[in-house]
Amino acid sequence: MIAKVGLDGHDRGVKIVARCLRDAGMDVIYTGLHRTPEEVALAAVQEDVDILGISILSGAQMTVFPRVLDLLRDRHGSDIAVVGGGVMPDEDVSELKRMGVSEILLQDTPPQAIVESMRRLVRERGPR
Amino acid sequence: MGRAIPPLALVQPVLEGRLSAVARMITHAESGEEDCQEALAEIYRHTGKAHVVGITGVPGSGKSALVTRLCKALRAGERSVGVIAIDPSSPFSGGSILGDRIRMNELVTDPGVFIRSMATRGALGGLARASLSGVDILDAAGYDVVLIETVGVGQDEIDVVQAVHTTLVVSAPGLGDDIQAIKAGVLEIADIHVVGKCDRSDAHRTVTDLKNMLAMGHGNSQGYGWQVPLIPTSSVSGEGIPELLAAIDGHLDALTSSGELEQRRRRIAQTRLLKSAENILRDQFQRHHDRQIAELTDRMMAGRTHPHAAAQILLNQFRSERKP
Repeated sequence: MIAKVGLDGHDRGVKIVARCLRDAGMDVIYTGLHRTPEEVALAAVQEDVDILGISILSGAQMTVFPRVLDLLRDRHGSDIAVVGGGVMPDEDVSELKRMGVSEILLQDTPPQAIVESMRRLVRERGPR
Repeated sequence: MGRAIPPLALVQPVLEGRLSAVARMITHAESGEEDCQEALAEIYRHTGKAHVVGITGVPGSGKSALVTRLCKALRAGERSVGVIAIDPSSPFSGGSILGDRIRMNELVTDPGVFIRSMATRGALGGLARASLSGVDILDAAGYDVVLIETVGVGQDEIDVVQAVHTTLVVSAPGLGDDIQAIKAGVLEIADIHVVGKCDRSDAHRTVTDLKNMLAMGHGNSQGYGWQVPLIPTSSVSGEGIPELLAAIDGHLDALTSSGELEQRRRRIAQTRLLKSAENILRDQFQRHHDRQIAELTDRMMAGRTHPHAAAQILLNQFRSERKP
């Protein structure tokens, strides 16, 4: 599932990512713009997704990701890998990974690297 | 939820309506693995309570927005709703982009609504292979109404009618010739006709066209005394939604009092039996008969065998191998 959270209206990138994952043979659920962390976490649990990718270009990453991780834990969704994408400072990236975000893919990540990263995350998690 | 929970261990939590268990069980059903069949069989024993409603129509006719409105109306009456929303898979990569949720986001935080997206994964007919197992799971989990939103259909994707109690066909203004295009197939299967987007000024034209078409055909009366209604709606303003909900409930009443409901349940059961047999056969062919399929295809390409004869040979080989 790919989501846009909060007051961030930039969805060109997220649509390109969705398209390249589709072309790699994956089912991609797109939530649309302006979702809340609650909506995104619940939708991810209902859809039983392998990976929840959140694209952020608004600078709200340090608010959004901890909230989503908490909500997933509450809703029995902690085996869903959370991935971040967009533009953010390096120190945020390491902090977010420490909190439990599985991967952060910044701008300029080639599409094939995104696909491979998703495959690796599912492989590492194993069957469920 | 922890790792690698056996499907059978999910049955009880599904029956209790636990969200994460319902979600995981649908994933198992979609995978089609042999080891989830026992759990699905157990779940099947607890089905039969939900009113299953199919919503079909051409792409862009407003099915998802209508589903959202219907869910809200059902919730206002304190009924819980499960939704299976189907979108197409790419015929090339097998992947998909499932966007039905975009219009349903406002429902997601309501614990009385469960929405699941499904890709067709090569299935034709407007449904996905696991759609009906998904319906079973939602039914057994206690959802009062289960809505199946089909892929946007063209002329002939009418599997939904063999799968649900009540079929809604959604048309919309501005699609012009599409009405002409679908009138031979899809329009005939409606228990209820819905015209969406009636906030648009050209909607009356679509309503008139459909009314004329219904009047021209074999009439809009079905054998068990149900008059197929045509309901103009707007998902923007909410116009027509109470009438639509009343029609859906009215249809269930008509089905129940006439005995048609039992007929439809039987038809659904029979269709599922045949579809399952078909799926099992196709899987076994593809898994174990690659070589024979390739050889027979070669013979057809060389003009030495006709498709029907080749199929007979394949089936005969299959049967002789199965004999004990």
